[in-house]
Amino acid sequence: MYIENYEPQRDQPGQQKSRLYWQCRRGMLELDSLLQDFFKQQFDALTAQQRASFELLLQSPDDLLLEYLMGRVVPMDAGMSDVVAKIRQSVTV
Amino acid sequence: MAIAKRKFDSLVIGAGGGGLRAALQLSRAEATVAVVSKVFPTRSHTVAAQGGMNAALANVLPDNWHWHMYDTVKGSDYLGDQDAIEYMCRAASHCVIELEHSGVPFSRLDNGKIYQRPFGGQSQNFGGDQAARTCAAADRTGHAILHALYQQNIRAKTHFFDEYFAVDLLKDDEGYVLGALVLDIETGEPLIIEAKTTLLATGGVGQLFRTNTNARINTGDGMAMALRAGIPVQDMEFFQFHPTGIAGKGMLITEGVRGEGGYLINKDGERFMERYAPHARDLASRDIVSRAIAIEVREGRGCGPRGDHVLLKLDHLGADVIHKRLPGIRETAITFVHVDPVDTPIPVFPTAHYTMGGIPTNRFGQVVAPLGQLVEEPVPGLYAAGECACVSVHGANRLGGNSLLDIIVFGRAAGNHIIGYLQENHYHRPLHADSVDRGMQRLARWDQQGDGESVDNLRMELQREMENHCGVFRTAEVLQDGVVKIKAIEQRLQHARIKDHSKIFNTARIEAMELENMVDLALATVISAQARQESRGAHSRVDFPERDDVHWMKHTLFFKEGYKLDYKPVRTKPLSVDSFPPQKRVY
Repeated sequence: MYIENYEPQRDQPGQQKSRLYWQCRRGMLELDSLLQDFFKQQFDALTAQQRASFELLLQSPDDLLLEYLMGRVVPMDAGMSDVVAKIRQSVTV
Repeated sequence: MAIAKRKFDSLVIGAGGGGLRAALQLSRAEATVAVVSKVFPTRSHTVAAQGGMNAALANVLPDNWHWHMYDTVKGSDYLGDQDAIEYMCRAASHCVIELEHSGVPFSRLDNGKIYQRPFGGQSQNFGGDQAARTCAAADRTGHAILHALYQQNIRAKTHFFDEYFAVDLLKDDEGYVLGALVLDIETGEPLIIEAKTTLLATGGVGQLFRTNTNARINTGDGMAMALRAGIPVQDMEFFQFHPTGIAGKGMLITEGVRGEGGYLINKDGERFMERYAPHARDLASRDIVSRAIAIEVREGRGCGPRGDHVLLKLDHLGADVIHKRLPGIRETAITFVHVDPVDTPIPVFPTAHYTMGGIPTNRFGQVVAPLGQLVEEPVPGLYAAGECACVSVHGANRLGGNSLLDIIVFGRAAGNHIIGYLQENHYHRPLHADSVDRGMQRLARWDQQGDGESVDNLRMELQREMENHCGVFRTAEVLQDGVVKIKAIEQRLQHARIKDHSKIFNTARIEAMELENMVDLALATVISAQARQESRGAHSRVDFPERDDVHWMKHTLFFKEGYKLDYKPVRTKPLSVDSFPPQKRVY
């Protein structure tokens, strides 16, 4: 009944959106709030290039990501910097 | 259905500081270790701990572990177990030095020793002058610890299952815990992880409350798994609240704002703390300020269109003071509520911060429960550490700087005990299919099609009811109402449905299972709080304002089956020193 040492397949097609949504789950409420709310409101409207920049941004460690999103540090990458600006502008009260 | 299976000596569920410290101890002892984490390990909530880690190194001011122990017992409002507290305070210095050797860049003094900062609740000589006991890596201590431990685990060849969700513990008929059924979030495939020991290190459950400071991953998954396995949770009524979180969002606004002269006002512009604490006013203790805010809102003096918060006013401090001394707070307010405190007050409400309760353990990290004749009998093969555990070093309230210490000391202690267990238990015990089937039923429940309540709506309702009925304002009537409302949500959850039944990265299914976990823990919290007719530490009852050591100096145990409550005595006997008897807690 059981398969020993099973390794599941990776990188199946069409999973980018749900994978990135899960990667918006971080270790700090501040990041969760900014990333998840932005994702829900605006991800579908992003261009392919912006999505790529967003994915790159999500690879940052949490402490650096917080610096970016609180506006204390500006990413060197122009695409990432634009996405950070969009995230900061997307916050609703 | 064929289910994949992996076998390890030891399974660790949760990859925060507690889980990673235990895993490191085990991997270094050449045990095969699996760490399961629903998010990438360095995105665990330990990363958010900024303050630091207490240890009586005496690098800045005179100190010793016994004074630290006194402060911790007193801070716990005498509900902490004094054997575990002594163990933790004695081990603290060693653990800090171990972390330093593992690569944590602790901040330094000019003489090269580790810098230590003073924190509230720390004293020299058993309640005397302020102590300086908190070791920190700038304001990123949790981040530094988490990354160092992760890298050391990679080096030690710990096996990580990243983005796997733990569904349920696997048990045999004799009560041995034999691993867990987990779900690969990416593929939607279940996986059996068999292990001779299982450590739960899944963090707290701050998401029970609408306004909280916790990452959204903090849904109490390990505690709820223990409850479903017939193990009680302990002291869940003790939840630490911070008086000033951003209203409706939760982010912490530090006490430093009020320390600099900021103060709270209600909708009439009244500085209301003058009525509740005429001398200390806005600098009164956290529980007094939190309750005052809740009362203002309940009695219709809250601000905003829904009257659901008060305002923290800083503009009178002037732009220079705010720019110089409170820049982080200003950034937080501007980012999350579009308010610049230089000219506009910040909307605030008490925010849930830390779960003192959890899975009952002894100081070796073994999960203990009243299984037979004894009040504390180890559950064979099961361990817990960190915020999901209740060892209990924090008792009724936690001191700043003791949470990182707790996860490191008891993660390590659990690792050490597991090594001994593995030496005596060489083989995996047979796993029976019915144990797996129970977990699979939990997964299959969310495959049900058709109309039903929305998981998102139920979660929001749960958080709102918990905030209104089990927050900082607690009376018999409020709590009874809360029990009724949370039980109703539990019933409605049976009829909830998700619309997405796909397999790959089906986050709706994970969020539904997280809600199941939270509902069980909400019931544990509100029922435990309703029963405890006293005020102690973070549990403050308006109708029972005093601590009652005669009737209530005991730990609460909540069982899922029949919502049953039981109690067990506080361990007042330390390991080697005299006990600290209860005294009135005055700061």
